Amino acid sequence: MLAIFKRELRSYFTGVMGYVFMVIFLVAAAAVFCYTTLFSMSADVTSYFVIMLMFSAIILPILTMKSFSEERKLKTEQLLMTAPVSITGMVIGKFLAAYVMFASAVVFTSLYFLILIPYAITFKLALLLGNIVALLLVGSVFVSVGLFVSSLTENQLSAAVGTIAIILGFLTVGLLSSLIPSNYAIRYVLDSLSVFGRFTTFTSGYFDISAVVFYLSLSALFLYLTVRIYDRRRYN
Amino acid sequence: MNETSVPVIKVENLVKRYGTNYALNDISFEIGEGEIVGLLGPNGAGKSTTMNILTGYLSSSSGAAYINGIDILENPLEAKKFIGFLPEQPPIYPEMTVAEYLNFVYELKCCKLDRDPHIEEILSVVKLTDVKDRLIRNLSKGYKQRVGIAQALIGDPKIIIFDEPTVGLDPKQILEVRNLIRMLGRRHTVILSTHILAEVQAVCERVIIINKGQIIANERTEDITRTIEGGYRYEAKICAQAKDVLPALRAQGAIKNAEATGAKDGDAYVYVVESAAGVDARKAVFTACADNRFPLIGLAPIGTDLESIFINLVDRSDAQGADKKLKAKKAH
Repeated sequence: MLAIFKRELRSYFTGVMGYVFMVIFLVAAAAVFCYTTLFSMSADVTSYFVIMLMFSAIILPILTMKSFSEERKLKTEQLLMTAPVSITGMVIGKFLAAYVMFASAVVFTSLYFLILIPYAITFKLALLLGNIVALLLVGSVFVSVGLFVSSLTENQLSAAVGTIAIILGFLTVGLLSSLIPSNYAIRYVLDSLSVFGRFTTFTSGYFDISAVVFYLSLSALFLYLTVRIYDRRRYN
Repeated sequence: MNETSVPVIKVENLVKRYGTNYALNDISFEIGEGEIVGLLGPNGAGKSTTMNILTGYLSSSSGAAYINGIDILENPLEAKKFIGFLPEQPPIYPEMTVAEYLNFVYELKCCKLDRDPHIEEILSVVKLTDVKDRLIRNLSKGYKQRVGIAQALIGDPKIIIFDEPTVGLDPKQILEVRNLIRMLGRRHTVILSTHILAEVQAVCERVIIINKGQIIANERTEDITRTIEGGYRYEAKICAQAKDVLPALRAQGAIKNAEATGAKDGDAYVYVVESAAGVDARKAVFTACADNRFPLIGLAPIGTDLESIFINLVDRSDAQGADKKLKAKKAH
């Protein structure tokens, strides 16, 4: 598992994908930061994180689209699957590598807010931390969705498009509930599935344990499905 | 096979089904320690499937495979520790250097041997020391294949499995790879698959022939060669009329049968000569021609290509199968 994690992390930087992701993420974060705080003379943390969440949904597939598709195309998965490493170990190794890339980008760009501290009277460090944690949690869902889709296809582009589609589906499912005002049962289900709805409880300053559990279980579910895909493929 | 050796690989009634298609249909064999065994068969016979099941890449539909006594399905992580595997296409990452790649495999296999000397040794065995800092992407096909072989050797596994190791290599590289395999056979149990009979004859002590998912022969290489050569047929080109030649040839004891094909090559007529069991008809053909002063201008074996051998062996195994069924019926 450690070997796969290390190789994967290194491959982001021996190829171009790691740089592409980092550059796009850092530049976008800087632009969004300037726009939401400096230009609008505000110490508001929330709008930055909401925009970055949407943005992550679109660029995270850069990190995950290759993960399994490329192994399948190059037939290197035969090496991984015949080495004394469990499938779970392999999937977790790949997850951690992509996640470390994402998390370091998030943490690094969040440091931008520290320059506000001397100037803003209303700035709340706890709120900033809450938002960082929320983005990291939602990111883990996105990464595991990306790995899952990547395990389904040899084609990187399909993997990326499929990932974005599923993630946007998760983000918009909450909007559907506002379209069905009358049926409370359906609204309840839709609301509880909404990735975005739970994100906003964080951004408004609540540390919601149930949301933490929700995000972690959703990530675990997709990683489990990835393991199952590989397990299944040996039989047919 | 050494009778006292423990089977390092034991395969029992292996079946692999895809829908209604059988890729493997009830295959059983054993391989002892230190053997070099060839899996021979035409494309699509089930060689790769067998190897993929042995290495834990695929699961069988039924039956079992034991590596060093460990069931690969029940305890795959333990069983895989004994295997080094070179798949049909070497599993290499083009963006890594040879040394980086081997270090990765070393970590992946949780190898306990002393890292640097071990990797250096493998590099020198497969003659990759000169290119160890080059990107795999930039290496030639032969070198890539050697990187694949090097990868299989990491951790000094007891069993090494090569799936078509010489496909796509040039003749010189083929010889090098065969020598390498022969050398590895001194310290490891080696299984290799191929569709080239000569390769098995050059390298393997024993051959398992697979056709359409079934084993049609499993014997020592020398024995199989004899089976194939018993009833050997030759094509002889003789510059003389059939009415003179055929009686002279048929008079020889070593010749079971001689026929004219009716074909002509220049002023030579083409004849087919069949050996009597266990003898070589070529000497007899020469003697017959020399005694009668027939100019003999060509003599070549026919039916030694894999296809005819398969036809032979399939016929033989069908006959045996029919015998067995008959005996089984009688026993009931």
